[in-house]
Amino acid sequence: MSWVGKSPRRKEDDRLIRGQGLFTDDELGEGMLQLYILRSPYAHAKINSIDTSAAEALPGVACVLTGKDVLEHCDPYMQLALEPAANIQDYPLARDKIHFQGEPVAAVAAETVGLAMDAAELIDVDYDMLDAVLDVEEALKDEILVHDNIGTNRTWQGVYEYGDVDKAFAEAAHVVKIDRLHFHRYSSTPLENNACVAEWTRQGTVEFLCNNNFPGFAKQLLAPGLRLPIENVRVRTYDVGGAFGNKIWNYVYMALAALASRKTGGRRVKWAEIRTEHMLAAGHGNERTYVDTEVALDKDGVITALRSRHLDDCGAYTRYEPLGCVIFSQVLPATYKLRNIRIEMNQAVTNKCPVVPNRGYSRMQQLWFMERVVDICGQELGIPADEMRLNNYITDFPYETPNGCVYDSGNYPAMLDKAKELLDWDKWAAYRDQARSEGKHVGIGIGTTLDSGTNNFGQAQIMNPHLPFSGNSEACIIRLDFDGAVVVTLGTGPSGQGHETSASQVVADELNIDPSMVTVRSGFDTNWNTFVGHSGSYASQFAVTGLSAVHGACQKLKTEMRKLAGFLLEAAEEDLEFGVGEEGPQLKVKGTDKAVNYWYLSNIVNNNNAVLQGALEDVTLNVRHVYRPPFNVPDVEKKFGNLTLTYAAQLHIAVVEIDPATCRVNTLAYAAVDDCGTVINPQIAHGQVHGATVHGIGAAIMEAFDYDEGGNLLTATFSDYCPITSMNIPDIAYGNIETPSPFSYNGAKGMGEGGGAPLHTMSAAVQDALHGAGVIVTDSFVSPPRVYELLQNPNRETAVSVG
Amino acid sequence: MSTTETAAQDIPKVAVEITVNGQSYRREVEPRTLLVQFIREELRLTGTHIGCDTTYCGACTILLDGEPVKSCTMLAAQADGGEVLTVEGLEKDGELHPLQTAFSEHHGLQCGYCTPGMLMSSLALLQNNASPTEKQIRKGIQGNLCRCTGYHNIFKAIEAAAAEMRED
Ligand code: FES
Ligand code: FES
Repeated sequence: MSWVGKSPRRKEDDRLIRGQGLFTDDELGEGMLQLYILRSPYAHAKINSIDTSAAEALPGVACVLTGKDVLEHCDPYMQLALEPAANIQDYPLARDKIHFQGEPVAAVAAETVGLAMDAAELIDVDYDMLDAVLDVEEALKDEILVHDNIGTNRTWQGVYEYGDVDKAFAEAAHVVKIDRLHFHRYSSTPLENNACVAEWTRQGTVEFLCNNNFPGFAKQLLAPGLRLPIENVRVRTYDVGGAFGNKIWNYVYMALAALASRKTGGRRVKWAEIRTEHMLAAGHGNERTYVDTEVALDKDGVITALRSRHLDDCGAYTRYEPLGCVIFSQVLPATYKLRNIRIEMNQAVTNKCPVVPNRGYSRMQQLWFMERVVDICGQELGIPADEMRLNNYITDFPYETPNGCVYDSGNYPAMLDKAKELLDWDKWAAYRDQARSEGKHVGIGIGTTLDSGTNNFGQAQIMNPHLPFSGNSEACIIRLDFDGAVVVTLGTGPSGQGHETSASQVVADELNIDPSMVTVRSGFDTNWNTFVGHSGSYASQFAVTGLSAVHGACQKLKTEMRKLAGFLLEAAEEDLEFGVGEEGPQLKVKGTDKAVNYWYLSNIVNNNNAVLQGALEDVTLNVRHVYRPPFNVPDVEKKFGNLTLTYAAQLHIAVVEIDPATCRVNTLAYAAVDDCGTVINPQIAHGQVHGATVHGIGAAIMEAFDYDEGGNLLTATFSDYCPITSMNIPDIAYGNIETPSPFSYNGAKGMGEGGGAPLHTMSAAVQDALHGAGVIVTDSFVSPPRVYELLQNPNRETAVSVG
Repeated sequence: MSTTETAAQDIPKVAVEITVNGQSYRREVEPRTLLVQFIREELRLTGTHIGCDTTYCGACTILLDGEPVKSCTMLAAQADGGEVLTVEGLEKDGELHPLQTAFSEHHGLQCGYCTPGMLMSSLALLQNNASPTEKQIRKGIQGNLCRCTGYHNIFKAIEAAAAEMRED
């Protein structure tokens, strides 16, 4: 009997359905101060002065922080970029200048949050407004500088060139030119906002309870930012209300709670972000513009070469950037076999909210671009979307891409077949033709996408050769507690992905026990959990890195248990079997009733070790395993190397009809097929696919961070941003295929981000619906106003040309 | 400016008496205290969550006198004399409510942050309509955001709980 491949009830659920979870804001210590952050109403401004005296005089206010405090006690956060962008000064609070609307200007700690807000209203900030630069192309002109001290807005530039691009263009049967494409700004906006509780202890350590989803990394950045040794910073998480990458850099603001605690003599300080603050300043997804795209094709519509310039807008600070300028190249050719590629990647800062990794981070921007290329070429050359894909899909695996990435396994044509079957393709194709003859705008779109998982951190060196990162790893500890309980601690800090459950399934299989007999510690604690520099929940990797660490730890524990049981039972190790007896989990001598249970084993080691008479010194029943995937350091000059271990794939098809009166995109049918290799827990995998699909549909038709010319965010509340609700989602026909990864011990591929498939799919479907009306979909956001605009001003003449 | 200074110091607290999950509580609170703050901070029932500041997300949904209410959009003082049911009150004598069981069985939650509010809206729906169609379920929880599940499994969970409750 195997637990892997089944869907036992999730361990996490028991507390969560009872309202007994511990989300950060649920921490309610007595006498805790509440922090409220005063934020800039302007996108770009000089701060002349800040008067906090009235705020400080308000009874109940414990302290007010401004840029002065930050300069006195903090160093700027470490930057990943090369010079000159490396000199961007990123502090938890603005000092003399504002770089985006919502940037923190001051922070008030008071007895209640209401008082802190009252006090913030009494802070008098004198600003001089400056012209803002909000568009990446404008920013690259360096006429208005976001950070004066670095002398430019450009944060990165590099050329990714492979094959013989010029030759392929010279020999092409067709060349399609696409003027400009744009991937819009949005984010996954987890339902729980950022939050932390901080305490600056008398021992000079700082304790954080927070909902950061990369706590081991956060600690490495927070400690030097607060001028502390790394060991002095403790970061704990417990239940996290969704993250999707967005909570990776909330450490920037967590420092404020720590500073307030320090300034108030060590009182505990809670910061619970408000939704509007989250929308303004907690991080948006990367916005990208693609210009001068040219595609070479042979006479059958096989793409032979591509050249293009990409302009990434990273907002006001390079917090996790310019990593996005490399991460996209994990999926450089998407699912297609072209070998000749030249992409010039550029990035600039603008006076908008800084970007943060967001579900599908940087790869989905590249995948959306490639899918647009395929569909625009197909439509212009009169080749149906499915045929275009079958002509161009990669079919042999493992496949090395032109830039050295190795796609482990996959079968895209089979996924297309399956999705067509789930959708009832023929029926909808006939419906589309009929509807068109009646003058309706109906379209069918296909989106193929990849979810590359388990990063090779060596790719950071392509961005900045001085960075001391490469490879990847994850850690796990398993031990037998005094009572014999099997206790597992992970290096990951999950946020809804069910790691407690999946890990228990793996352990249960290894020890031949029930998952209910395995305790996986909830949450994460840098003082308690084992972890390595790469540990965390990000970039679709738990099924590979997390579970490989668990599996490896199980092997070590089993080896020790066999040794010990063999010694105690005077039996050969190979005669022992793992299982469950009357006294719980045990090891037994096969074919006999001689057995020892886990309590007995643990007790010998922990309380009763004279029995061993000095033998088995190396047996501790408390083992650690670190999993390291096999990676090389990429060739930085050539930008060549394997950047991710596994490539899960998704294939979606949507049928849409454009409402002629409202320009709303109505989805009539939707199919989603997933391939994440061997599935560990089908219910969890299916749930991840649904969640990612609905996130993507929301992003395609409803959700965008829109700024006006002054740099004011127009969608700064949920009521303006309108996250997708139960009323806006189609029925989703779900299916999966399994092409096990040859590179993971369990055949699994990391998954969960989903590669933004619905964005590609909805763009394709809308274009199919409107191509007859002279429309090319050039933006990933197809909300009613955008569709209206396209119908009013059909753009095909200017957007694309075929030679 | 003077109004906020006044708010901080001089406005007298108001007494409210609210029954929550069958137990009556009397507290003196600032007039501006929201019902959700009262539940979470005064009573320490932190199952009811906060996800937004514009009455959009429903994470704070509770039942007040049997009706679903977004408790972030009401003052505690307005609920004076009322009867509140929160997620913590769903379990009876150690028995989970069928909705709780169904949400877990059908994987209607991932991070669980929306779950308490979802459960309360679902309960309100099923109290008014023992056999809702999928469309009615969608409508019943349209004021509750979930950012993780994509809603489908929540529909399934509510359907399953409805069937279970009809049998009881
Ligand atoms: S907290 Fe969002 S509606 Fe109440
Ligand atoms: S389960 Fe995370 S918001 Fe619904």
